Amino acid sequence: MPDMVETKPSLLCLENVHTHIDQHHILQGVSMDVAAGGATILLGRNGAGKSTTLKSVMGLLPVSQGRIFFNGQAIEASKPYEIARMGMGFVPEDKAVLSTLTVAENFRLSMFRENEKTHKKLAEVLDLFPALKKFWKRQAGLLSGGQRQMLAIARVLVCEHTLLLIDEPSKGLAPIVVDQLAESLIQIKDKTKVILVEQNFRLAQQVGSDCFILDDGRVAFNGPMDELAKDKIMMKKYLGI
Amino acid sequence: MKTDTLKFQTRNRPFQQYAGWIIGIGLFLLPLIQMDLTTYLTLTVAGISLGMLIFLIASGLTLIFGLMDVLNLAHAAFFAFGAYAGFTVLNLLNNAGWIDTASLAQSLFYLALALGAAGLAGGGLGILTEKIVIKRVYGNHLMQLLVTVGVSFVIVELLKMIWGVNDEVVPVPMGFQDAFIIFGVFIEYFRVVAIFLGITIFAILQYILKQTKLGIIVRAGVENQEIVKATGYNISWIFTLVFAAGSALAAIGGTMMAIFNQAVDPGMGNQFLIFALIVVIIGGLGSVTGSFVGAVIVGLSFNYVAFLWPKMALGVNFMIMAIILLIRPKGLFGKD
Repeated sequence: MPDMVETKPSLLCLENVHTHIDQHHILQGVSMDVAAGGATILLGRNGAGKSTTLKSVMGLLPVSQGRIFFNGQAIEASKPYEIARMGMGFVPEDKAVLSTLTVAENFRLSMFRENEKTHKKLAEVLDLFPALKKFWKRQAGLLSGGQRQMLAIARVLVCEHTLLLIDEPSKGLAPIVVDQLAESLIQIKDKTKVILVEQNFRLAQQVGSDCFILDDGRVAFNGPMDELAKDKIMMKKYLGI
Repeated sequence: MKTDTLKFQTRNRPFQQYAGWIIGIGLFLLPLIQMDLTTYLTLTVAGISLGMLIFLIASGLTLIFGLMDVLNLAHAAFFAFGAYAGFTVLNLLNNAGWIDTASLAQSLFYLALALGAAGLAGGGLGILTEKIVIKRVYGNHLMQLLVTVGVSFVIVELLKMIWGVNDEVVPVPMGFQDAFIIFGVFIEYFRVVAIFLGITIFAILQYILKQTKLGIIVRAGVENQEIVKATGYNISWIFTLVFAAGSALAAIGGTMMAIFNQAVDPGMGNQFLIFALIVVIIGGLGSVTGSFVGAVIVGLSFNYVAFLWPKMALGVNFMIMAIILLIRPKGLFGKD
């Protein structure tokens, strides 16, 4: 068990992570330390490397250099299913639900181990997203954009996770749905650590306690959300707000 | 205006569906103009049993080509490999003197042994092929075509090396050589077994794909591997399993066809691969129900036309495929 020796105190730690997609060098030495509890926001312009960071952490993109530790265990060479079994959940940006499956089947798929505990958890999750009960037998591809996003988040909550990676959940949603989403995310982060990639700064402020700004595949800022909100120069330079 | 259009579509959709089925069934009653009822019923039973045999090979292709999107031209070789595996078991039983004296129950038991051997051999070969070859070419159709043609050559040459290049006569258990007569229709027991096996495999596949967790994972994996992996499932092994199941079905189909034709030869898979491809395309890619219905259509039309205009027997299936694709480009049960 050599990996167990290389322990780190934080929940998630990235050390000088480089990731290539085909010939493109996307992450160019990302380092971050994420503590347990609350929600951490990843901000940055399009193409800055936010989604690539999440996919690299989840093992969906191979890391070409650097180390990633989750709960003190090195995971940069682990397979996505191994990382998921360690307690990390992932909601991708697009196609986050299985559109050919029904809502019920989407939930059943999420329950990696079906037992009394996960069924109890499912009941709790459906209380959090009551609208999904109405469409239980409906094909997920026939749901509205907002309902699909709710399902995408709800389905990962069915399993006990210590860390949830959520990629741009508000993308393409109406403002009223974004508000509902914010309420759900606030409830989720009280129980599970969330790392959220988000372009909607208002939502990011509502949900997040601290943030990282990525720029050209590197971390350009790390600090509390309040501090960033006050720094107009930083906001203009990296987020264009 | 919009509401009117919606109402119009809703009102007409059931009629269109029924019209399709009525025309379809009507077409299959057409041969009655040219033949008596007994001949028609005999050809119908024979056509359905042929359809079930085609379904066995087509269902494997549906899993591999329709669901996993792998163009596997080695499927015919798996079919032939399975035929030889089953033939070997039947040959051993024959050498022991058990085939010629077998009752119907014993014949069924020997068939189960032969099919079990074929399924294991086909499944094992499928696992090897997926792990060594297919795994490297997922998502690349051109490479899939090239490497599976290569795999096909290797398997067929292996068959020739082990069993020789000539046709071999397959010993058919005595119980299957009997027949019974209903309403003047002469029905061989083996045809009934073929129909029963086809329906059973259809029911099992439907149950697994629609009702079990494994089926949900497979369907999800076909749509989006990323989510399935990130949920904690080892999709690589699940796809290996699906490929092995498809190969095992081809091998089981091979043994059944070997008994049906009472012969095996190393190149026997190619003619049936054409039927299987037609069935999968008619039914709609990835639809087991579509393959089942498509196999019945192909089996029946082949038998009717082979009786009336023998030279048109294969051609009529291409015509049916072309007509269905013109009306429904995704096949009968294909999803838009």
